[in-house]
Amino acid sequence: MRCLSRLPSFVPKEGSLLFKRSFVPFVRSLSIGFLFFLITQPAHAEDAHSLISAGDTAWVLVSAALVLMMTPALAFFYGGLVRRKNMLSVLMQCFAVMGLITIQWVFIGYSLAFGPSIGGLIGHLDWVGLAGVGLNPSAYAPTIPHQAFMIYQCMFAIITPGLILGAFAERMKFSSYVIFSLLWSTLVYDPVAHWVWGSGGFIRSWGALDFAGGAVVHVNAGMAALAAALVLGKRRGFPQRVSPPHNLPFAVLGAGLLWFGWFGFNGGSALGAGALAVTAFVSTHIAAATAGLVWAGLDWAVNKHVTMLGSITGAVAGLVAITPAAGYVTPLGAVTLGTSAAVICFVSVMYVKVKLGYDDTLDAFGVHGVGGVWGAVATGLLATTTVNAAGANGLFHGNVGLLWVQIKAVVVTGGYSFVMSYGLLKLVDKIIGLRVTETEERIGLDLTQHREAAYTVID
Amino acid sequence: MKYIVAIIQPDRLDDVLDALEEKAIHLVTVSNVMGRGRQKGISEVYRSHHEANNLLKKVKVEAAVNEEFVQSTVEAIQKSARTGNIGDGKIFVLDLGQVIRIRTGETGRLAIG
Repeated sequence: MRCLSRLPSFVPKEGSLLFKRSFVPFVRSLSIGFLFFLITQPAHAEDAHSLISAGDTAWVLVSAALVLMMTPALAFFYGGLVRRKNMLSVLMQCFAVMGLITIQWVFIGYSLAFGPSIGGLIGHLDWVGLAGVGLNPSAYAPTIPHQAFMIYQCMFAIITPGLILGAFAERMKFSSYVIFSLLWSTLVYDPVAHWVWGSGGFIRSWGALDFAGGAVVHVNAGMAALAAALVLGKRRGFPQRVSPPHNLPFAVLGAGLLWFGWFGFNGGSALGAGALAVTAFVSTHIAAATAGLVWAGLDWAVNKHVTMLGSITGAVAGLVAITPAAGYVTPLGAVTLGTSAAVICFVSVMYVKVKLGYDDTLDAFGVHGVGGVWGAVATGLLATTTVNAAGANGLFHGNVGLLWVQIKAVVVTGGYSFVMSYGLLKLVDKIIGLRVTETEERIGLDLTQHREAAYTVID
Repeated sequence: MKYIVAIIQPDRLDDVLDALEEKAIHLVTVSNVMGRGRQKGISEVYRSHHEANNLLKKVKVEAAVNEEFVQSTVEAIQKSARTGNIGDGKIFVLDLGQVIRIRTGETGRLAIG
């Protein structure tokens, strides 16, 4: 009886009138209702939910968070490399796509990219507004809720237009960037994602292997970056009068967070928390480390000093190249990939760009484009079914066919991206103009586009 | 009244300030500057971008002194800032037209104090 007095005052005491007239009937109807609820659960919903793996779902959600973090990481990686007066414009462009592309994804992007296929070319609009995209598993990932897969893919859609900005940093109008990103996401990213990853996508039907986005993300963005560098043209004073990075520590921080987040980018693409995720995680790390060291070595040989920027660029190049291959290669394959990616991207950035003279400001094409192309092609060399039976064997494991398919995939996605991006840029240029005026470029984008200063000079 | 401007090697600053303290020159202004003399710069490499940098970090020390202190101040600075290498810097002695202490309105010799 003593314990009853410790109950909150609103709980009717046994024996009181309130207890007999209201509380008991209340509890009785609740219990009956609950039993009724249990009995009438539709059987299929219970089956579908029992397929869901907590471990897989947890890993995919964490990976989605890691990939999202890669966008602000990219913002700092790129931001540290531009002049102080343009720092905010880089951060702003990255944060803008975090909002814009999410909404685009919900309303149309996910459906176009992953919806039921129309002729292998594009997804149906069945899933517009995420209609039908619920918490039961989808065919894409049978052990996690459909929305987990959707939100994971959303983060990829977000970062890909962000990558492109490396090519036109310090000279593009913010309004034009917003419009271009939305158009590009809908007309380039979504179709390409559909071709390579969508159920029924024609490049997927060829048997092309793209584990986490070598073609869909890096070749795609890289070729768009090249188009942008050509359409927007060079910065004032390029190449003799450009400034060094204003904050290399930011670039290092960004690169470190990118490396960290890439474990979600590649590891999460296993769509489950098992052996395949481990393979992807391990090969990702090995490729990054190898490529960073090799670039540092090349720096030492060519520039006589190991540089900070070179080391982080190398690591990023390795990460880019392993992206399509992560779930298909052995650890030693990852070493090969990292080494070759560093060499190829080094040559691309240090010699090809200089020779040809285009202003790919932050080497978006030089690292992501070239690295992505190499990674996708190298997958055709290094892939082995001993690592992933659902993959295929590459040339080094006795199969010519995969290499040919990989090359075709790269040519089609890269060609499409370049042509469409070029066209979209020209279109936006016609409508509202792409580039800031010469005066605005001289003053800086932060003040002219956003009326903000990243750093005070005098408090 | 004279205004003394000294461009010195950054790592000599502490010694220069100590030397000025000894000569009872307490009021100084110090700033970071970039400069170039006959000392060659250190070139920088950022991927494909080479900075043929010939501006080097220096420190500027400025002080207003009365006529009779000019000689000892210049000697103090020169002794403490000197390393013997090219790039040690220079001292400029400028004529000073007027000095006003903002808080009290004192002018001239009193304001230099």
